[in-house]
Amino acid sequence: MSRAKPEDDEYWNSSKFSAFTFDDEDDEFTKMKESKRAVNSILVDDDDDDDDVEKVSWSGEPIGTKSKPFQSFSESFTDTSTRAYAPELRKPKSECKDYMSDWSPEETVRRMRKGRAYSLERFRSLQDKLLLLDEAVSLHDGNVITAVLIYLKRSLSKEILFRELMVREVALRHYVHYLKEMGEQKLLVELMKALGRTEDMALMQYKEHLNIKDEGRRRDFLKSCLSLPFSQDDAMHVQDHYTLLERQIIIEANDKRGEAEIFRKYPRKASILNMPLITTLYYSCFYHYGEPEGTFSSPANIRKTFRISEKQYILTALGARAKLKSWFDVDSLFNTKNWLGYTKKRSPIGFHRVVDILQKNNAPAQVLQEYVNLIDDPELRLSLAQKYKCHDIVIDTYKDLKDRQQLIVYQGKVERGSHEDRKIEELINNMQIRWKN
Amino acid sequence: MAAHLSYGRVNLNILREAARKELREFLDKCAGSKAIVWDEYLTGPFGLIAQYSLLKEHEVEKMFTLKAGRVPSADVKNIIFFVRPRLELMDIIAENVMSEDKLQPPREFHILFVPRRSLLCEQRLKEQGVLNSFTNIDEYILDLIPYDGDLLSMESESAFRECYLENDQTSLYHTAKGLMTLQALYGTIPQIFGKGECARHVANMMLRMKREFAGSQNQILPVFDTLLLLDRNVDLLTPLATQLTYEGLIDEIYGITNGYVKLPPEKFAQKKPGEGGKDLPTEPKKLQLNSAEELYAEIRDKNFNAVGAALSKKAKIISAAFEERHNAKTVGEIKQFVSQLPHMQAARNSLANHTSIAELIKDITTSEDFFENLTVEQEFMTGVDTDKVNTYIEDSIAQKDPLIKILRLVCMQSVCNNGLKQKVLDHYKREILQTYGYEHLLTLNNLEKVGLLKPQLTTRNNYPTIRKTLKLWMEDANEQNPNDISYVYSGYAPLSVRLTQLLARPGWRSIEEVLKMLPGPHFEERQQLPTGLHKKRQQGENRTTLVFFLGGVTYAEIAALRFLSQMEDGGTEYVIATTKLLNGTSWIKSLMDRPEAQIL
Repeated sequence: MSRAKPEDDEYWNSSKFSAFTFDDEDDEFTKMKESKRAVNSILVDDDDDDDDVEKVSWSGEPIGTKSKPFQSFSESFTDTSTRAYAPELRKPKSECKDYMSDWSPEETVRRMRKGRAYSLERFRSLQDKLLLLDEAVSLHDGNVITAVLIYLKRSLSKEILFRELMVREVALRHYVHYLKEMGEQKLLVELMKALGRTEDMALMQYKEHLNIKDEGRRRDFLKSCLSLPFSQDDAMHVQDHYTLLERQIIIEANDKRGEAEIFRKYPRKASILNMPLITTLYYSCFYHYGEPEGTFSSPANIRKTFRISEKQYILTALGARAKLKSWFDVDSLFNTKNWLGYTKKRSPIGFHRVVDILQKNNAPAQVLQEYVNLIDDPELRLSLAQKYKCHDIVIDTYKDLKDRQQLIVYQGKVERGSHEDRKIEELINNMQIRWKN
Repeated sequence: MAAHLSYGRVNLNILREAARKELREFLDKCAGSKAIVWDEYLTGPFGLIAQYSLLKEHEVEKMFTLKAGRVPSADVKNIIFFVRPRLELMDIIAENVMSEDKLQPPREFHILFVPRRSLLCEQRLKEQGVLNSFTNIDEYILDLIPYDGDLLSMESESAFRECYLENDQTSLYHTAKGLMTLQALYGTIPQIFGKGECARHVANMMLRMKREFAGSQNQILPVFDTLLLLDRNVDLLTPLATQLTYEGLIDEIYGITNGYVKLPPEKFAQKKPGEGGKDLPTEPKKLQLNSAEELYAEIRDKNFNAVGAALSKKAKIISAAFEERHNAKTVGEIKQFVSQLPHMQAARNSLANHTSIAELIKDITTSEDFFENLTVEQEFMTGVDTDKVNTYIEDSIAQKDPLIKILRLVCMQSVCNNGLKQKVLDHYKREILQTYGYEHLLTLNNLEKVGLLKPQLTTRNNYPTIRKTLKLWMEDANEQNPNDISYVYSGYAPLSVRLTQLLARPGWRSIEEVLKMLPGPHFEERQQLPTGLHKKRQQGENRTTLVFFLGGVTYAEIAALRFLSQMEDGGTEYVIATTKLLNGTSWIKSLMDRPEAQIL
């Protein structure tokens, strides 16, 4: 999509329709949610009239007066006799009659899926259990697969279950998902280890740190993660994560008291704990600039420890120092000495971006002008010089471009009789210059 | 109430009616007065099925939002929890049940799981010792919810994550079930095409389910001729791009949920007489967006650059209509005019609303940042400099732009380059982790697992071949009077829709080579129809294809399909179904391990 087309603009600008009033039609649903209607105090008699239908719990027990003919797969459901579950709406009565039968794995999972009575206990041998699992998997119903897996988890040894899951990818995924849901972290880690999926295991373990609020415990936990079998890259990042938090805890302990002058002048808005690295660097450039490299809180130390790129470092330091209006510090960020001892300004980021940042921090005109002048690309330099009214730079650039016409145009924009006006006048009358137009 | 659902090629109101019937049946099962405690997430989807009036008719007297603590007092016989099967919600329900006031007359508890009951949840209730407190535990199978006359969604937020990251195929099972329900109402779909692993699974399950029902023949004349199942991971690129249709942009910027959008209220300030000095409203303005609104139906799928002209034209028509009153001389003419007034006023309100929305959007689309972002996207999509570190991305990271924006761009670059050079990938990763926090390591790993971000393993980048063969990039896309689907992204033709288009004509055999480059198998299946149900097509009658996007679809893709439906010599009309309506932002968010952390 290209940007605004002129004919469109005309409509937008001349649009008279925005002032229309509209009736606010409350949608019924909003009302519904916040329903504050008075409640009728009529209590209706409890007459559940579908008592002809045999009530069966989802796990298979018939409920009510009948005795339990068998144990269902989940013992946890056996004490449901006092209250009744209603059968499913769509369940025809006849379906519940023959739950005593000796169902095949197919029939069993089919019944499970339909929410009818079933039993898993009759699948005793390993072979039977695996047949049942494979049948459940072929149906793709996660609920049924999970139900079978829970039965297997209870009735098989860990080693055997893991071994069999290794050759059953789909069942394995469901098992992993189940363990995650249930928060069985230890078993999960064991499983991952057994599967040789060590990187997954490591990440899974690492993820736990998100649930730890206390920073000391979080740090110790991250430290314990360092020995996990991460991929090479991830290992480095986790190491950095740990080191960063360790640093932040030290810095926080010192800075919380806020004794130094700078903390009184610019009180901290929040603690530095758990902030990203670049935020920490910014903080350090703001509150701890100029500290020797040996101190943990110094920008130089952070830069070195975390291998921060020059570009990132300069950007962050620039932001922090400009915010404090320390133009001297800003200056020295870009100063480099060449072999003759002359200082020259050099930047890993374009000077136009430096100008942007300075301008956002209300840098004074002469500071701004200095950096605008350093922009290499004449077009870019011109546009920023015009934007920030650095007349001299505009004039010099047009002169360099030998663009007499533009210079004349620009003369119209400066004040009559001003220093700039005279300068342009001199230039356009200068016959020495070989203007291109 | 939902008339717009029946305007389309296929009357989707039938589906809605079936869903309402089931809801009534459940409510009647809990005899007596009732209060519903809502899992807030569900109120949106339910709103598309039933209004409060329906619930009221079935003795629902109060509604509450599910919250920890005690269920507010309400003198009703039944308390029904309408919830998704989530463990954390079970804990809240347990707390609710346990803190019930023993001094009050006892109330009966029920749970309605949407869309499925879950063993794990019931086990959790058991562990909490409350399972026995429930009279009814049931499920409300709300698989496919009708969103519009040609659009169905399961609104399953996590479907993509589950299928492609966690490898949990439960949502595919629900998809297959939903398609069986659909076939029960609209007849067996004779032809099934598909591309992708998940598509293959769903087709297999459908065929198996059909075999199980072999006894009962479906005697309904088929409404759909073809079903096309498409895996989202066949086309990872499209959702990453910024949608440029009107509806797509509304979704990108403000987010459409369950057919509603919430907008900043300033532009919608009401000026009613007598309220002159009132402050501007602070509550967001909530608007419903669907084809029931004539103007919206007209402009929703246009490229945003064509919306201004359309609104302007509409404004003239409405002004002219209002001017008519001067010409009404006789009583009959005046009566005629007056009878049209409500319709005209509605049209005027609608125009005012959309003018305001379009102004809001325009403020953003004309911004420098939007333009730069779009330029980079288009460079990637056309294959410019996809193998280098991109300066715009670097600068955006340095400025701490929202992480999701960064991830969308980096993933797009990776997809358009068939993976990033290891050095480039490492650089992005380091910058992201240093700037946004190391914990995003988890998210980056997730993106790698689903294939959105990857190192380039071979030096062969097949994206250019795919782009050229499928004509994914069209120079000079016509935004005003489009002649190709590429208008929805101002040049980029969504891959998924191109595949759909090519399937209809000339058929996939012509693009075998490209299909092989895209992940997963492609296949065709046929379902036997009972004799007598074979459709005799009239001369010139269009075919109807149901396109099912497994893992989500964007509004721009829907717009592109609607464009194809409306093409004069198209020959095919499309109905769209999906697991979730999404955009790049909501999609990436669903893959993050700690999305709230990105609000920096």
